[in-house]
Amino acid sequence: MTAPIDTNAPPKPPNAVKQAIEGLGLTLGRLVEDIGGLAVLLIDVLRWTVRPPFRAANLFAQLDFVGVGSALIVALTGIFSGMVFAHQSARAFEMFNSEALVGPTVALTITRELAPVFSALMVTMRAGSAMCTELGTMRVTEQVDALETMAVNPVQYLLVPRVLAGLIMVPVLVMLFDAAGLAGGYFVSVLVKGVSAGTWLSRTQQWLDPEDIAEGLIKGAVFGLYVALVACFKGYHASGGAKGVGLATTQAMVMSALGIFVLDYFVGVILH
Amino acid sequence: MAAADQTARPMIEIVDLHKSFGSHTVLSGINLKVPQGSTLVILGGSGSGKTVMMKHMIGLLKPDQGQVIIDGDDIVPYGAVQLEQLRKKFGMVFQAAALFDSMTVYQNVAFPVLEHRKELSEAKVRALVKEKLAVVGLSGIEERYPADLSGGMRKRVGLARAIMLEPKIVLYDEPTTGLDPITTDSVDQMILDAKRHLGVTSVVISHDIASAFKVADNVAFLSQGVIVEQGTPAQLRHSTNPALRAYLSTWFDLERRS
Repeated sequence: MTAPIDTNAPPKPPNAVKQAIEGLGLTLGRLVEDIGGLAVLLIDVLRWTVRPPFRAANLFAQLDFVGVGSALIVALTGIFSGMVFAHQSARAFEMFNSEALVGPTVALTITRELAPVFSALMVTMRAGSAMCTELGTMRVTEQVDALETMAVNPVQYLLVPRVLAGLIMVPVLVMLFDAAGLAGGYFVSVLVKGVSAGTWLSRTQQWLDPEDIAEGLIKGAVFGLYVALVACFKGYHASGGAKGVGLATTQAMVMSALGIFVLDYFVGVILH
Repeated sequence: MAAADQTARPMIEIVDLHKSFGSHTVLSGINLKVPQGSTLVILGGSGSGKTVMMKHMIGLLKPDQGQVIIDGDDIVPYGAVQLEQLRKKFGMVFQAAALFDSMTVYQNVAFPVLEHRKELSEAKVRALVKEKLAVVGLSGIEERYPADLSGGMRKRVGLARAIMLEPKIVLYDEPTTGLDPITTDSVDQMILDAKRHLGVTSVVISHDIASAFKVADNVAFLSQGVIVEQGTPAQLRHSTNPALRAYLSTWFDLERRS
Protein backbone atom coordinates (compact mmCIF):
# COMPACT_ATOMS: atom_id res chain seq x y z
CA MET A 1 0.00 0.00 0.00
CA THR A 2 1.38 3.40 -0.89
CA ALA A 3 0.20 6.68 0.51
CA PRO A 4 -0.29 9.44 -2.07
CA ILE A 5 2.57 11.92 -1.95
CA ASP A 6 1.49 15.44 -1.16
CA THR A 7 3.78 17.54 -3.30
CA ASN A 8 2.54 20.75 -1.72
CA ALA A 9 3.54 19.74 1.80
CA PRO A 10 6.43 21.81 3.21
CA PRO A 11 9.75 19.94 3.12
CA LYS A 12 10.53 18.12 6.34
CA PRO A 13 13.10 20.01 8.44
CA PRO A 14 16.45 18.23 8.25
CA ASN A 15 17.10 16.10 11.29
CA ALA A 16 20.18 17.67 12.88
CA VAL A 17 21.12 14.58 14.89
CA LYS A 18 20.79 12.30 11.89
CA GLN A 19 22.89 14.69 9.78
CA ALA A 20 25.59 14.90 12.44
CA ILE A 21 25.82 11.11 12.71
CA GLU A 22 25.90 10.75 8.93
CA GLY A 23 28.62 13.38 8.70
CA LEU A 24 30.66 11.63 11.35
CA GLY A 25 30.22 8.30 9.58
CA LEU A 26 31.38 9.79 6.27
CA THR A 27 34.42 11.39 7.90
CA LEU A 28 35.38 8.15 9.63
CA GLY A 29 34.89 6.23 6.40
CA ARG A 30 37.16 8.63 4.55
CA LEU A 31 39.75 8.42 7.33
CA VAL A 32 39.86 4.62 7.12
CA GLU A 33 40.08 4.86 3.33
CA ASP A 34 42.97 7.34 3.56
CA ILE A 35 44.90 5.24 6.07
CA GLY A 36 44.46 2.19 3.85
CA GLY A 37 45.58 4.19 0.82
CA LEU A 38 48.67 5.44 2.68
CA ALA A 39 49.61 1.89 3.67
CA VAL A 40 49.27 0.64 0.10
CA LEU A 41 51.33 3.54 -1.20
CA LEU A 42 54.02 2.97 1.44
CA ILE A 43 54.40 -0.66 0.36
CA ASP A 44 54.55 0.42 -3.28
CA VAL A 45 57.20 3.05 -2.50
CA LEU A 46 59.30 0.54 -0.52
CA ARG A 47 59.08 -1.97 -3.37
CA TRP A 48 60.27 0.57 -5.94
CA THR A 49 62.98 1.92 -3.61
CA VAL A 50 64.97 -1.30 -3.74
CA ARG A 51 64.53 -1.87 -7.45
CA PRO A 52 67.01 -0.44 -9.98
CA PRO A 53 67.52 1.99 -11.61
CA PHE A 54 68.43 4.14 -8.59
CA ARG A 55 67.77 7.76 -9.37
CA ALA A 56 70.41 9.60 -7.37
CA ALA A 57 69.88 12.91 -9.18
CA ASN A 58 66.16 12.94 -8.31
CA LEU A 59 66.91 12.03 -4.71
CA PHE A 60 69.53 14.76 -4.28
CA ALA A 61 67.19 17.34 -5.81
CA GLN A 62 64.56 16.42 -3.22
CA LEU A 63 67.06 16.28 -0.34
CA ASP A 64 68.08 19.77 -1.32
CA PHE A 65 64.49 20.98 -1.60
CA VAL A 66 63.21 19.42 1.63
CA GLY A 67 66.36 19.78 3.75
CA VAL A 68 68.53 22.66 2.61
CA GLY A 69 65.51 24.66 1.51
CA SER A 70 63.85 24.36 4.93
CA ALA A 71 67.02 24.93 6.98
CA LEU A 72 66.59 28.67 7.46
CA ILE A 73 62.96 28.61 8.58
CA VAL A 74 63.60 25.63 10.85
CA ALA A 75 66.59 27.40 12.43
CA LEU A 76 64.57 30.58 12.98
CA THR A 77 61.65 28.61 14.43
CA GLY A 78 64.17 26.85 16.69
CA ILE A 79 65.80 30.03 17.96
CA PHE A 80 62.50 31.70 18.80
CA SER A 81 60.96 28.55 20.32
CA GLY A 82 64.01 28.28 22.60
CA MET A 83 63.81 31.97 23.50
CA VAL A 84 60.06 31.89 24.24
CA PHE A 85 60.37 28.71 26.23
CA ALA A 86 63.29 30.05 28.29
CA HIS A 87 61.44 33.29 28.93
CA GLN A 88 58.28 31.53 30.15
CA SER A 89 60.01 28.87 32.24
CA ALA A 90 62.32 31.48 33.81
CA ARG A 91 59.20 33.47 34.81
CA ALA A 92 57.67 30.36 36.36
CA PHE A 93 60.79 29.06 38.13
CA GLU A 94 61.56 32.53 39.53
CA MET A 95 58.51 32.11 41.74
CA PHE A 96 60.16 29.12 43.44
CA ASN A 97 63.71 30.42 43.32
CA SER A 98 64.73 27.49 41.17
CA GLU A 99 66.15 29.23 38.09
CA ALA A 100 68.72 26.44 37.89
CA LEU A 101 66.02 24.24 36.34
CA VAL A 102 65.45 26.59 33.41
CA GLY A 103 68.26 25.06 31.34
CA PRO A 104 67.23 21.40 31.71
CA THR A 105 63.54 22.23 31.16
CA VAL A 106 64.25 24.07 27.94
CA ALA A 107 66.70 21.43 26.71
CA LEU A 108 64.45 18.44 27.42
CA THR A 109 61.34 20.02 25.95
CA ILE A 110 63.13 21.07 22.81
CA THR A 111 64.96 17.85 22.10
CA ARG A 112 62.08 15.50 22.93
CA GLU A 113 59.06 17.40 21.64
CA LEU A 114 59.41 20.84 20.13
CA ALA A 115 62.16 20.06 17.64
CA PRO A 116 60.49 17.09 15.91
CA VAL A 117 56.97 18.52 16.00
CA PHE A 118 57.85 22.03 14.84
CA SER A 119 60.38 20.88 12.23
CA ALA A 120 57.83 18.48 10.77
CA LEU A 121 55.17 21.21 10.74
CA MET A 122 57.52 23.60 8.95
CA VAL A 123 58.45 20.93 6.39
CA THR A 124 54.76 20.14 5.86
CA MET A 125 53.97 23.78 5.27
CA ARG A 126 56.86 24.53 2.99
CA ALA A 127 57.82 21.31 1.22
CA GLY A 128 54.71 19.15 1.69
CA SER A 129 52.40 21.70 0.12
CA ALA A 130 54.75 22.18 -2.84
CA MET A 131 55.10 18.42 -3.33
CA CYS A 132 51.35 17.91 -3.24
CA THR A 133 50.53 20.68 -5.72
CA GLU A 134 53.34 19.69 -8.07
CA LEU A 135 52.32 16.02 -8.16
CA GLY A 136 48.64 16.95 -8.37
CA THR A 137 49.27 19.25 -11.34
CA MET A 138 51.34 16.56 -13.03
CA ARG A 139 48.49 14.10 -12.50
CA VAL A 140 45.71 16.30 -13.89
CA THR A 141 47.78 17.45 -16.89
CA GLU A 142 48.55 13.79 -17.77
CA GLN A 143 52.28 14.17 -17.09
CA VAL A 144 52.06 11.10 -14.83
CA ASP A 145 50.41 9.11 -17.64
CA ALA A 146 53.10 10.37 -20.01
CA LEU A 147 55.78 8.90 -17.73
CA GLU A 148 53.98 5.59 -17.71
CA THR A 149 53.62 5.46 -21.49
CA MET A 150 57.35 6.17 -21.78
CA ALA A 151 57.96 3.03 -19.71
CA VAL A 152 59.10 4.96 -16.62
CA ASN A 153 57.42 3.96 -13.38
CA PRO A 154 55.95 7.14 -11.84
CA VAL A 155 56.11 5.79 -8.27
CA GLN A 156 59.82 5.17 -8.66
CA TYR A 157 60.55 8.34 -10.57
CA LEU A 158 58.42 10.81 -8.61
CA LEU A 159 57.42 9.40 -5.22
CA VAL A 160 60.43 7.40 -4.01
CA PRO A 161 62.83 10.41 -3.95
CA ARG A 162 60.26 12.60 -2.17
CA VAL A 163 59.40 10.07 0.53
CA LEU A 164 63.08 9.25 1.12
CA ALA A 165 63.86 12.97 1.35
CA GLY A 166 61.26 13.39 4.10
CA LEU A 167 62.57 10.37 5.98
CA ILE A 168 66.21 11.48 5.79
CA MET A 169 66.01 15.24 6.04
CA VAL A 170 63.51 15.83 8.86
CA PRO A 171 65.83 14.19 11.45
CA VAL A 172 68.66 16.37 10.13
CA LEU A 173 66.45 19.42 10.54
CA VAL A 174 65.58 18.24 14.05
CA MET A 175 69.31 18.38 14.92
CA LEU A 176 69.47 21.90 13.54
CA PHE A 177 66.39 22.85 15.55
CA ASP A 178 67.98 21.36 18.70
CA ALA A 179 71.11 23.47 18.24
CA ALA A 180 69.22 26.65 17.40
CA GLY A 181 66.69 26.13 20.19
CA LEU A 182 69.34 25.54 22.84
CA ALA A 183 71.26 28.61 21.66
CA GLY A 184 68.09 30.73 21.84
CA GLY A 185 67.26 29.31 25.27
CA TYR A 186 70.75 29.97 26.57
CA PHE A 187 70.71 33.51 25.25
CA VAL A 188 67.45 34.47 26.99
CA SER A 189 68.14 32.55 30.22
CA VAL A 190 71.68 33.79 30.74
CA LEU A 191 71.85 37.17 29.04
CA VAL A 192 68.29 38.41 29.55
CA LYS A 193 66.99 36.62 32.63
CA GLY A 194 70.31 36.58 34.47
CA VAL A 195 70.60 32.83 35.16
CA SER A 196 74.25 31.99 35.82
CA ALA A 197 75.95 30.54 32.74
CA GLY A 198 77.74 27.86 34.75
CA THR A 199 74.54 26.67 36.38
CA TRP A 200 72.69 26.64 33.08
CA LEU A 201 75.34 24.59 31.32
CA SER A 202 76.13 22.15 34.12
CA ARG A 203 72.48 21.45 34.98
CA THR A 204 71.58 21.00 31.32
CA GLN A 205 74.48 18.62 30.88
CA GLN A 206 73.40 16.74 34.00
CA TRP A 207 69.78 16.25 32.90
CA LEU A 208 70.01 15.97 29.12
CA ASP A 209 70.88 12.42 27.97
CA PRO A 210 71.69 11.18 24.47
CA GLU A 211 68.41 9.19 24.67
CA ASP A 212 66.46 12.45 24.75
CA ILE A 213 68.10 13.63 21.57
CA ALA A 214 67.59 10.18 19.99
CA GLU A 215 63.90 10.30 20.89
CA GLY A 216 63.56 13.55 18.96
CA LEU A 217 65.42 12.15 15.97
CA ILE A 218 63.29 8.99 15.85
CA LYS A 219 60.16 11.12 15.99
CA GLY A 220 61.60 13.32 13.25
CA ALA A 221 62.12 10.29 11.00
CA VAL A 222 58.57 9.02 11.62
CA PHE A 223 57.02 12.45 11.02
CA GLY A 224 59.18 13.07 7.94
CA LEU A 225 58.16 9.77 6.39
CA TYR A 226 54.53 10.46 7.25
CA VAL A 227 54.23 14.03 5.93
CA ALA A 228 56.06 13.23 2.68
CA LEU A 229 53.90 10.15 2.18
CA VAL A 230 50.68 12.13 2.79
CA ALA A 231 51.73 14.89 0.37
CA CYS A 232 52.60 12.28 -2.28
CA PHE A 233 49.42 10.28 -1.66
CA LYS A 234 47.08 13.25 -1.98
CA GLY A 235 48.91 14.79 -4.92
CA TYR A 236 49.38 11.55 -6.83
CA HIS A 237 45.68 10.71 -6.59
CA ALA A 238 44.39 14.24 -7.29
CA SER A 239 41.68 14.59 -9.91
CA GLY A 240 39.40 17.28 -11.26
CA GLY A 241 41.60 20.08 -12.57
CA ALA A 242 42.88 23.09 -10.65
CA LYS A 243 40.10 22.84 -8.07
CA GLY A 244 40.94 19.20 -7.41
CA VAL A 245 44.60 20.02 -6.87
CA GLY A 246 43.66 22.77 -4.41
CA LEU A 247 41.39 20.41 -2.52
CA ALA A 248 44.06 17.70 -2.45
CA THR A 249 46.59 20.15 -1.00
CA THR A 250 44.19 21.33 1.69
CA GLN A 251 43.47 17.73 2.67
CA ALA A 252 47.17 16.89 2.67
CA MET A 253 47.97 19.83 4.97
CA VAL A 254 45.19 18.98 7.45
CA MET A 255 46.02 15.28 7.42
CA SER A 256 49.75 15.95 7.90
CA ALA A 257 49.40 18.50 10.69
CA LEU A 258 46.86 16.47 12.69
CA GLY A 259 48.76 13.26 12.07
CA ILE A 260 51.97 14.72 13.49
CA PHE A 261 50.31 15.31 16.87
CA VAL A 262 48.59 11.92 16.91
CA LEU A 263 51.82 10.14 15.98
CA ASP A 264 53.75 12.24 18.50
CA TYR A 265 51.71 10.79 21.35
CA PHE A 266 51.94 7.18 20.19
CA VAL A 267 55.64 7.25 19.30
CA GLY A 268 56.31 8.85 22.70
CA VAL A 269 54.37 6.10 24.47
CA ILE A 270 56.07 3.33 22.50
CA LEU A 271 59.56 4.72 23.23
CA HIS A 272 58.86 5.03 26.98
CA MET B 1 34.26 -3.26 -44.68
CA ALA B 2 37.42 -3.16 -46.74
CA ALA B 3 40.31 -1.11 -45.39
CA ALA B 4 42.77 0.89 -47.46
CA ASP B 5 45.48 -1.75 -47.64
CA GLN B 6 44.42 -5.16 -46.40
CA THR B 7 47.55 -6.87 -47.72
CA ALA B 8 49.78 -5.30 -45.05
CA ARG B 9 50.21 -7.25 -41.82
CA PRO B 10 48.07 -5.74 -39.06
CA MET B 11 50.24 -3.86 -36.53
CA ILE B 12 47.33 -3.68 -34.11
CA GLU B 13 44.55 -6.23 -33.99
CA ILE B 14 41.75 -6.22 -31.47
CA VAL B 15 39.53 -9.29 -31.23
CA ASP B 16 36.19 -9.31 -29.40
CA LEU B 17 37.25 -6.83 -26.70
CA HIS B 18 34.91 -6.38 -23.74
CA LYS B 19 35.40 -3.97 -20.84
CA SER B 20 33.14 -2.88 -18.00
CA PHE B 21 33.77 -0.66 -14.99
CA GLY B 22 31.53 -2.06 -12.25
CA SER B 23 28.10 -2.38 -13.79
CA HIS B 24 28.90 0.18 -16.48
CA THR B 25 29.75 -1.47 -19.81
CA VAL B 26 32.11 0.67 -21.87
CA LEU B 27 33.21 -1.67 -24.66
CA SER B 28 31.17 -4.66 -25.79
CA GLY B 29 32.79 -6.67 -28.55
CA ILE B 30 35.31 -4.52 -30.42
CA ASN B 31 36.96 -5.98 -33.52
CA LEU B 32 39.57 -3.91 -35.27
CA LYS B 33 42.63 -4.20 -37.48
CA VAL B 34 45.16 -1.50 -38.16
CA PRO B 35 47.45 -2.38 -41.10
CA GLN B 36 51.13 -1.55 -40.70
CA GLY B 37 51.99 1.97 -41.76
CA SER B 38 48.40 3.17 -41.97
CA THR B 39 46.48 5.76 -39.97
CA LEU B 40 43.28 4.79 -38.21
CA VAL B 41 41.03 7.46 -36.80
CA ILE B 42 38.65 6.34 -34.08
CA LEU B 43 35.73 8.70 -34.29
CA GLY B 44 33.01 8.96 -31.70
CA GLY B 45 31.17 11.25 -29.34
CA SER B 46 32.09 11.96 -25.74
CA GLY B 47 31.79 8.88 -23.55
CA SER B 48 31.75 6.46 -26.48
CA GLY B 49 34.74 4.57 -25.11
CA LYS B 50 37.47 5.91 -27.44
CA THR B 51 39.99 6.62 -24.71
CA VAL B 52 39.30 3.31 -22.95
CA MET B 53 40.01 1.51 -26.20
CA MET B 54 43.28 3.35 -26.69
CA LYS B 55 44.37 2.56 -23.13
CA HIS B 56 43.92 -1.14 -23.92
CA MET B 57 46.29 -0.85 -26.89
CA ILE B 58 49.15 0.37 -24.73
CA GLY B 59 48.37 -1.96 -21.83
CA LEU B 60 47.22 0.68 -19.35
CA LEU B 61 43.96 -1.27 -18.97
CA LYS B 62 43.27 -5.00 -19.04
CA PRO B 63 40.20 -6.24 -20.93
CA ASP B 64 37.52 -8.38 -19.27
CA GLN B 65 37.48 -10.55 -22.37
CA GLY B 66 39.16 -10.57 -25.78
CA GLN B 67 42.61 -10.17 -27.30
CA VAL B 68 44.81 -7.20 -28.05
CA ILE B 69 47.47 -8.23 -30.55
CA ILE B 70 50.30 -5.77 -31.04
CA ASP B 71 52.93 -6.52 -33.66
CA GLY B 72 51.93 -10.20 -33.64
CA ASP B 73 51.78 -10.77 -29.86
CA ASP B 74 48.74 -10.92 -27.60
CA ILE B 75 49.57 -8.43 -24.85
CA VAL B 76 46.65 -9.23 -22.53
CA PRO B 77 48.59 -11.76 -20.38
CA TYR B 78 51.67 -9.46 -20.14
CA GLY B 79 53.16 -8.66 -16.71
CA ALA B 80 54.74 -5.37 -15.62
CA VAL B 81 58.18 -6.06 -17.14
CA GLN B 82 56.81 -7.15 -20.51
CA LEU B 83 54.46 -4.17 -20.57
CA GLU B 84 57.41 -1.85 -20.05
CA GLN B 85 59.11 -3.40 -23.07
CA LEU B 86 55.87 -3.15 -25.05
CA ARG B 87 55.51 0.55 -24.30
CA LYS B 88 58.82 1.28 -26.00
CA LYS B 89 57.09 0.32 -29.26
CA PHE B 90 54.63 3.13 -28.68
CA GLY B 91 54.78 6.88 -28.72
CA MET B 92 51.84 8.77 -27.31
CA VAL B 93 50.83 12.35 -27.97
CA PHE B 94 48.52 13.65 -25.26
CA GLN B 95 45.59 16.00 -25.61
CA ALA B 96 47.36 18.84 -23.80
CA ALA B 97 50.82 17.55 -24.81
CA ALA B 98 51.63 16.55 -21.18
CA LEU B 99 55.16 17.95 -21.41
CA PHE B 100 57.07 18.05 -18.12
CA ASP B 101 56.75 21.71 -17.24
CA SER B 102 59.74 21.68 -14.89
CA MET B 103 62.01 20.77 -17.82
CA THR B 104 63.15 22.60 -20.94
CA VAL B 105 62.10 21.47 -24.40
CA TYR B 106 65.49 19.79 -24.78
CA GLN B 107 65.13 17.87 -21.52
CA ASN B 108 61.59 16.86 -22.44
CA VAL B 109 62.48 15.52 -25.86
CA ALA B 110 65.67 13.86 -24.61
CA PHE B 111 63.84 12.23 -21.67
CA PRO B 112 62.94 8.84 -23.23
CA VAL B 113 66.46 8.40 -24.59
CA LEU B 114 68.13 9.42 -21.33
CA GLU B 115 65.94 6.88 -19.55
CA HIS B 116 66.23 3.94 -21.90
CA ARG B 117 69.42 4.37 -23.92
CA LYS B 118 71.95 5.44 -21.35
CA GLU B 119 74.84 4.26 -23.53
CA LEU B 120 74.47 7.26 -25.88
CA SER B 121 76.89 10.15 -25.47
CA GLU B 122 75.59 13.62 -24.75
CA ALA B 123 76.54 14.81 -28.24
CA LYS B 124 74.57 11.93 -29.78
CA VAL B 125 71.52 12.75 -27.64
CA ARG B 126 71.77 16.41 -28.62
CA ALA B 127 71.93 15.51 -32.30
CA LEU B 128 69.00 13.15 -31.94
CA VAL B 129 66.88 15.83 -30.24
CA LYS B 130 67.72 18.28 -33.00
CA GLU B 131 66.81 15.71 -35.63
CA LYS B 132 63.44 14.84 -34.08
CA LEU B 133 62.55 18.50 -33.56
CA ALA B 134 63.35 19.07 -37.24
CA VAL B 135 60.96 16.23 -38.17
CA VAL B 136 58.11 18.12 -36.47
CA GLY B 137 59.26 21.40 -38.02
CA LEU B 138 60.83 23.08 -34.99
CA SER B 139 64.32 24.38 -34.36
CA GLY B 140 66.15 26.62 -31.94
CA ILE B 141 63.65 26.22 -29.09
CA GLU B 142 65.60 23.66 -27.05
CA GLU B 143 66.22 25.95 -24.10
CA ARG B 144 62.65 27.23 -23.81
CA TYR B 145 60.11 25.93 -21.29
CA PRO B 146 56.76 24.38 -22.31
CA ALA B 147 54.91 27.30 -20.68
CA ASP B 148 56.52 29.67 -23.21
CA LEU B 149 55.21 27.73 -26.23
CA SER B 150 51.90 27.96 -28.10
CA GLY B 151 49.44 25.04 -28.02
CA GLY B 152 50.41 23.86 -31.51
CA MET B 153 54.13 24.03 -30.74
CA ARG B 154 53.63 22.10 -27.53
CA LYS B 155 51.91 19.35 -29.47
CA ARG B 156 54.80 19.25 -31.93
CA VAL B 157 57.27 18.94 -29.06
CA GLY B 158 55.03 16.20 -27.64
CA LEU B 159 55.29 14.32 -30.93
CA ALA B 160 59.06 14.83 -31.07
CA ARG B 161 59.29 13.27 -27.60
CA ALA B 162 56.95 10.44 -28.64
CA ILE B 163 59.10 9.47 -31.64
CA MET B 164 62.46 9.61 -29.81
CA LEU B 165 62.67 5.85 -29.30
CA GLU B 166 61.57 5.27 -32.89
CA PRO B 167 58.26 3.66 -32.05
CA LYS B 168 56.33 1.49 -34.47
CA ILE B 169 53.03 2.97 -33.37
CA VAL B 170 52.07 6.53 -32.48
CA LEU B 171 48.85 7.18 -30.56
CA TYR B 172 47.25 10.63 -30.65
CA ASP B 173 44.66 11.50 -28.00
CA GLU B 174 42.33 14.15 -29.43
CA PRO B 175 45.16 16.05 -31.13
CA THR B 176 43.02 18.88 -32.49
CA THR B 177 40.63 19.44 -29.58
CA GLY B 178 40.59 23.05 -28.46
CA LEU B 179 42.86 24.38 -31.22
CA ASP B 180 42.08 27.19 -33.64
CA PRO B 181 41.52 26.25 -37.33
CA ILE B 182 45.01 27.26 -38.49
CA THR B 183 46.71 25.30 -35.72
CA THR B 184 44.35 22.36 -36.32
CA ASP B 185 45.49 22.36 -39.92
CA SER B 186 49.15 22.36 -38.93
CA VAL B 187 48.59 19.50 -36.46
CA ASP B 188 46.84 17.48 -39.19
CA GLN B 189 49.80 18.15 -41.44
CA MET B 190 52.14 17.05 -38.63
CA ILE B 191 50.31 13.70 -38.36
CA LEU B 192 50.51 13.17 -42.13
CA ASP B 193 54.21 14.11 -42.17
CA ALA B 194 55.03 11.77 -39.30
CA LYS B 195 53.44 8.92 -41.19
CA ARG B 196 55.22 9.79 -44.42
CA HIS B 197 58.69 10.39 -42.95
CA LEU B 198 58.73 7.70 -40.29
CA GLY B 199 56.40 5.05 -41.71
CA VAL B 200 54.73 4.65 -38.34
CA THR B 201 51.33 3.12 -37.75
CA SER B 202 49.10 5.79 -36.23
CA VAL B 203 45.92 5.68 -34.21
CA VAL B 204 44.12 8.96 -33.71
CA ILE B 205 41.25 9.41 -31.27
CA SER B 206 39.09 12.30 -32.31
CA HIS B 207 35.65 13.80 -32.47
CA ASP B 208 36.80 16.30 -35.08
CA ILE B 209 35.23 15.04 -38.31
CA ALA B 210 37.06 17.38 -40.67
CA SER B 211 40.45 16.51 -39.28
CA ALA B 212 39.60 12.80 -39.20
CA PHE B 213 38.73 12.71 -42.88
CA LYS B 214 41.94 14.53 -43.72
CA VAL B 215 44.45 12.30 -41.95
CA ALA B 216 42.77 8.89 -42.00
CA ASP B 217 43.41 5.88 -44.21
CA ASN B 218 40.67 4.16 -42.24
CA VAL B 219 38.01 5.47 -39.92
CA ALA B 220 36.25 3.47 -37.24
CA PHE B 221 33.09 4.95 -35.80
CA LEU B 222 32.54 4.02 -32.19
CA SER B 223 29.14 4.35 -30.61
CA GLN B 224 27.89 2.89 -27.32
CA GLY B 225 30.78 0.49 -26.96
CA VAL B 226 30.75 -1.05 -30.42
CA ILE B 227 32.27 -0.10 -33.75
CA VAL B 228 29.19 0.45 -35.84
CA GLU B 229 31.06 1.18 -39.06
CA GLN B 230 34.63 1.09 -40.32
CA GLY B 231 36.24 1.72 -43.67
CA THR B 232 37.89 4.37 -45.77
CA PRO B 233 36.69 7.95 -45.37
CA ALA B 234 34.89 7.72 -48.73
CA GLN B 235 33.09 4.55 -47.67
CA LEU B 236 32.01 6.12 -44.39
CA ARG B 237 30.54 9.15 -46.11
CA HIS B 238 28.14 6.91 -47.96
CA SER B 239 27.27 4.72 -45.00
CA THR B 240 23.61 4.07 -44.31
CA ASN B 241 24.09 3.59 -40.58
CA PRO B 242 21.71 6.06 -38.88
CA ALA B 243 23.97 6.82 -35.87
CA LEU B 244 26.93 7.54 -38.13
CA ARG B 245 24.81 9.61 -40.55
CA ALA B 246 23.51 11.68 -37.65
CA TYR B 247 27.08 12.24 -36.41
CA LEU B 248 28.51 13.12 -39.82
CA SER B 249 25.59 15.39 -40.72
CA THR B 250 26.70 17.82 -38.01
CA TRP B 251 29.74 18.56 -40.14
CA PHE B 252 28.71 17.84 -43.75
CA ASP B 253 25.48 19.87 -43.51
CA LEU B 254 27.57 22.73 -42.29
CA GLU B 255 29.87 22.24 -45.26
CA ARG B 256 26.97 22.39 -47.74
CA ARG B 257 25.49 25.51 -46.20
CA SER B 258 28.66 27.55 -46.43
